[in-house]
Amino acid sequence: MRAAPLIVAVCVAAAPLAAQTRGAAQTQTQTPNAPRTARATAPTDVTGYWVSLITEDWRWRMIMPARGDYQSVPITAEAKRVADGWNPAKDEAAGEQCRAYGAAGIMRMPMRLRVSWADEDTLKVETDTGMQTRLLHFGAWKGGGRPSWQGDSVATWDMPPRRAQGEQPAITASKSGTLKVVTNNMRPGYLRKNGLPYSGTAKLTEYWDFHGGRNGEHFLVVSTIVEDPQYLQTPWMTSPNFKREPDGSKWDPSPCRASR
Amino acid sequence: MAKTILLVFSVLAVSVPALAQIDLAGHWAARQHEDWEERGPGPEVVDYLGLPINEDARARALAYSTSAFSLPERQCLYFAPHYNVIGPFGLEIWADTDPNSGRIVSWNIGAFIDKAINAIWMDGRPHPGPNDLRTFSGFTTGRWEGNTLVAYTTHYKEGYLRRNGVPTSDQASMTTYITRHGDMLTVLEVIEDPVYLTEPFLVSRNYQLDPAANMTRVPAPCVPEAELPELKGEGRVPHYLPGRNPFVNEMTQRYNLPVEAVLGGADTMYPEFKKNLDSYQPPALCVRYCCGWGAMVAGRTAPNVDCITGGSGKINEQ
Repeated sequence: MRAAPLIVAVCVAAAPLAAQTRGAAQTQTQTPNAPRTARATAPTDVTGYWVSLITEDWRWRMIMPARGDYQSVPITAEAKRVADGWNPAKDEAAGEQCRAYGAAGIMRMPMRLRVSWADEDTLKVETDTGMQTRLLHFGAWKGGGRPSWQGDSVATWDMPPRRAQGEQPAITASKSGTLKVVTNNMRPGYLRKNGLPYSGTAKLTEYWDFHGGRNGEHFLVVSTIVEDPQYLQTPWMTSPNFKREPDGSKWDPSPCRASR
Repeated sequence: MAKTILLVFSVLAVSVPALAQIDLAGHWAARQHEDWEERGPGPEVVDYLGLPINEDARARALAYSTSAFSLPERQCLYFAPHYNVIGPFGLEIWADTDPNSGRIVSWNIGAFIDKAINAIWMDGRPHPGPNDLRTFSGFTTGRWEGNTLVAYTTHYKEGYLRRNGVPTSDQASMTTYITRHGDMLTVLEVIEDPVYLTEPFLVSRNYQLDPAANMTRVPAPCVPEAELPELKGEGRVPHYLPGRNPFVNEMTQRYNLPVEAVLGGADTMYPEFKKNLDSYQPPALCVRYCCGWGAMVAGRTAPNVDCITGGSGKINEQ
């Protein structure tokens, strides 16, 4: 009988979770012999070429924004002070022309992505604009070492819950899934090409949501949270959109440029 | 003791599925960290950048005058359902359940002052026929695709893709992908329109769970009245005749952008369009809406920063 209070306590603790439940679902379970690598457990095939669709913030992404134009970003006064002193020629001369192409900034640029598996637990994301390479590490990978433009990225699959019997089935389940990526250890860079800074202590969290369209398209939304108490008053949340392309015929590498 | 532990773990095992559930209900505050100017103060009068519109859409948009909203008969019209994310507001989402089965009948997205409630029917009911009634909210069905609620909306009245008159027709449809990541909600809209768009238009936004957001489910009452003296009486509908829109070159003058870009089209949303802008030189300095990322806080849209937050070029002007 001594077990009763404990069981009740567990039930009470679990109740709010159950109260949130609107449908009946079960967690993803794995059989003992299931393959364990990130590549094998990927809920969808994310490899291939993806093109960014610049339908949002066009004036701040497709072209160089004017000096002093920081619209939509919750900057601190310190960030404004630093950005007001932006000098692209100085960046070029110092070999820092890739400041706007770091992990916290590059995903909003007009570009194409080439996504492939570097190995069974490392997803490689290359950009044609700026010719950058992001390595998204699954499993027990530990980063460290010198900070870099693309930092240290740790990735996990956010597996969708299995729906219970009777629930409506997914329409294109094979195209869906979420990839969570957390990046630290970045070199200080720019959120935008006109010098809006992020610091070396910034943290980048991304949710890569893959969706199937009604006409057979594949879409990717990268929900992005940049946290940087030095230069941001609140986390900066954006969501650049991409569409899968059939091949790499439009892949067009170009180096980092600080001035345009 | 071993039995106790076993029993506790049994209870936990039964409870675990709740962790995998996705509850969308709550007040989701908009974080206007994208398109702040478009969603807040409003877009430039002629700004079709990044919109995959065709010639017909462009012609209608250029004929549009913002003053048309001042006509009493238009003041209380609602925006189309895609205004859920194109507009500035947060989202209140709740579920209606069948009292007998407990199953969800619909997920609902609350109204704004200028948008109707959107019900996403989850019970498998079919969409209306092709010639059936169009309403402001349209008709939406939904289903789960992995951890995303996928909703498909048809049968809504013609509306605006951008608040400067870029139109959508009553043949438009919208697929909405709603994905929850902890306390963040990501909503992607894919809008298709055989009348005015040459390709699907994608727009996505993020929201944060905020119990203090105090959004309302139903729209506030709207009472029309004549706002402009010249629009009192009957017979005048503000518009611009073809070739007479005086704002066509405004963005070119203000931002040095070529008018071909300003007038939009599908090519303006792809990276290769940058090659048309190789000679582009930005203005020397930002002079308008240089900061801002949310609703007014103590009268400022960029709190704690001395910046030009309004359209007049004055520091912290509101």
